[in-house]
Amino acid sequence: MKSIAQKMILMALVVVINAKRFEFTPNQVTLTKGEPVTIKLVAADHAHGLLVKPLGIDLDASPDTPDEVTITPKEEGTFNAICDHYCGVGHGNMKMKFVVTSPAGK
Amino acid sequence: MRLSAFSLGAGALIHFAPNLAFAEGVKRTLRGKNGEAPTPFSFVQLSDTHVGFNGPPDPLGTAAFERAVNVINALDPRPDFVLFTGDLTHDAEDAGEHAKRFKKFREIESQLKVKTLHHVPGEHDAALDGGTLFRENFGETHYSFDHRGVHFVAIDNVSQGRPRVGKEQLAWLQKDLARYTKSTPIVVFTHRPLFDLKPEWEWFTSDGDDTMKILAPFDAVTVLYGHIHRENHATLGNAKHHASPSLIFANPDPSVAEKKPLPFDKDHPFNNLGVVEITSQKLSGTEGVQQILKEVTL
Repeated sequence: MKSIAQKMILMALVVVINAKRFEFTPNQVTLTKGEPVTIKLVAADHAHGLLVKPLGIDLDASPDTPDEVTITPKEEGTFNAICDHYCGVGHGNMKMKFVVTSPAGK
Repeated sequence: MRLSAFSLGAGALIHFAPNLAFAEGVKRTLRGKNGEAPTPFSFVQLSDTHVGFNGPPDPLGTAAFERAVNVINALDPRPDFVLFTGDLTHDAEDAGEHAKRFKKFREIESQLKVKTLHHVPGEHDAALDGGTLFRENFGETHYSFDHRGVHFVAIDNVSQGRPRVGKEQLAWLQKDLARYTKSTPIVVFTHRPLFDLKPEWEWFTSDGDDTMKILAPFDAVTVLYGHIHRENHATLGNAKHHASPSLIFANPDPSVAEKKPLPFDKDHPFNNLGVVEITSQKLSGTEGVQQILKEVTL
């Protein structure tokens, strides 16, 4: 018997973020406020992080080991994400955005 | 305890002067525990020399570092030691090239007429190789020592790749501090800030709170760090946190939207590096380090 929280996770949309020196693909993702979503980080060439503190995203993936987290965005807005696992001289430019919008019709 | 600091073009010159009433209480304890009681002294913090960096924000390379060496060598009296708070080198994809940058750093620092030098790594020194080159040049990435009644702790929050101290080092810190009384002055030096200064610019340490909890029982804790390439001063709980300017280029105020190095000013090449006039002000009480800064144009 699965708990409601477990069922929510199973139902969550999965968004895969591919990370390689020194970019994320895609570099912008739109999420919906109140809807659970699983963010999965896949690293291609080196360990990479994905950090967005206000959304509760704090991932660390290596080429052998993806990392993921399921979140439910609670507020609308645009949130900057960074790689926080140092990956080389271009590391400081490795960024992307998460845009959280209101549910349709609300 | 009284710790006061003067900012130099070189970084920060820090004077430690125990006030008499405080010192007498601590003296006996520290002498019993360490064979050493608090006495006045000074030291200098330098940060973010980035030897090997080559780019528009600072086309002069190591000029500011070399100037800092000259400033320190002209001090009278000489400081007891110099602390380097990371990013001594700018990393290179080729390990051999990075090793050359460490060598160049050591050539420049060897010109300092100061006997004792202490270092912690920044991410540009140690994040790609886990600290191998740093250890070859300077030894362990975390350690501690006592100096004239003050306990100094070097914390490594870069060599695991992420901004993290890690459980192993936190356990070491707990053990290291266990033998000190709560009134022992503690100076931590590290690379990244141990609090959330601006996480979206990587100006944080993920387990900085855990680190500061271990330090919380102590009456006077001072944290000296670099990484952010600008001055910053914050008092959080019992601890005072102070960032030293960089010796390569300056970053903007964290209130702005974009982290973009301040442009190089050829007429005032060291102006953006936190060059300040040396000034002084008497302080009293257990205030920790106080930076007294007055910006000037050179």
